[in-house]
Amino acid sequence: MRAFYGTPLANGLMLGTAQYPSPAILADAFKRSGAGVATVSLRRESGQDRAGQDFWTLIRDLDVHVLPNTAGCHSVKEAVTTAHMAREVFETSWIKLEVIGEEDTLQPDVFGLVEAARILSEDGFQVFPYTTEDLVVADKLLHAGCEVLMPWGAPIGSGLGLNNLFGLRAMRAHFPDVPLVIDAGLGLPSQAAQAMELGFDAVLLNTAVAKAGDPAAMAEAFAMAVQAGQIAAQADPMEPRDMAAPSTPVIGKAFLE
Amino acid sequence: MKLLLNGAPVEASVTTLAELLEAQGFGGAKVATAVNGNFVPAAMRAGYALSDGDAVEVLAPMQGG
Repeated sequence: MRAFYGTPLANGLMLGTAQYPSPAILADAFKRSGAGVATVSLRRESGQDRAGQDFWTLIRDLDVHVLPNTAGCHSVKEAVTTAHMAREVFETSWIKLEVIGEEDTLQPDVFGLVEAARILSEDGFQVFPYTTEDLVVADKLLHAGCEVLMPWGAPIGSGLGLNNLFGLRAMRAHFPDVPLVIDAGLGLPSQAAQAMELGFDAVLLNTAVAKAGDPAAMAEAFAMAVQAGQIAAQADPMEPRDMAAPSTPVIGKAFLE
Repeated sequence: MKLLLNGAPVEASVTTLAELLEAQGFGGAKVATAVNGNFVPAAMRAGYALSDGDAVEVLAPMQGG
């Protein structure tokens, strides 16, 4: 597997930490899946209940790489400021950069994304940009300093899977050396396997696991699917064809008419 | 002085950002701060003088996808 800013990961599963029924179930989902990366966020803290402090203890105990996000940011300034705050709190230069441009689809504002990625990369951040499968945008992100790209599979939280197979396949072919992560839109393990079969390096998901009836079991299922897809990609899959080709040899067949 | 703390009005008898955090129950907490939309690193809080009407954001780790 390609390394992420020099950091190799044990597997290709990155999990979000939101929307779980309880902190214990969240921890169990990470334990059963072996996911090596946890995405986290920053929100307003109350001086009375200090809820963020307990959450931080929970995340630290998972012993995984922490990938803070800039979720909910709609402007370059907001995203850059949030990234700086996240770097201080989480003590990591990794940042999952989101600059949201459209409310219904939560599609990234790719113009703001490229600008924010440049500012943050120049400031020493290791940017994981949440982007689309657009090759021109991808190229600009790489020039801005990104060494990882995270195209969406489908809109965040939709569970629709890989909406643009052609675009994602083209992206993989176009940037053979860049670590690519499918971020958002996955609903089922089979979709994660499909992403890995296409040659992607990892998948990042949250809702599909957290909102499952049994989140820990679903997390494990995703981990198995990711592994299966990864092994399949390395095994050099056959080319599909339109017409049948008999797999049983024809030579030596008895004449029985 | 009158301040906005995470969007809510507060009245505080403090002069610096560090004092405000202490007074509002954030002592020793893992938080990041911004004043009027600009990040203020932890190391600068003790020397950061607040002014009447400042909007202070105090953020902490939270669940995210």
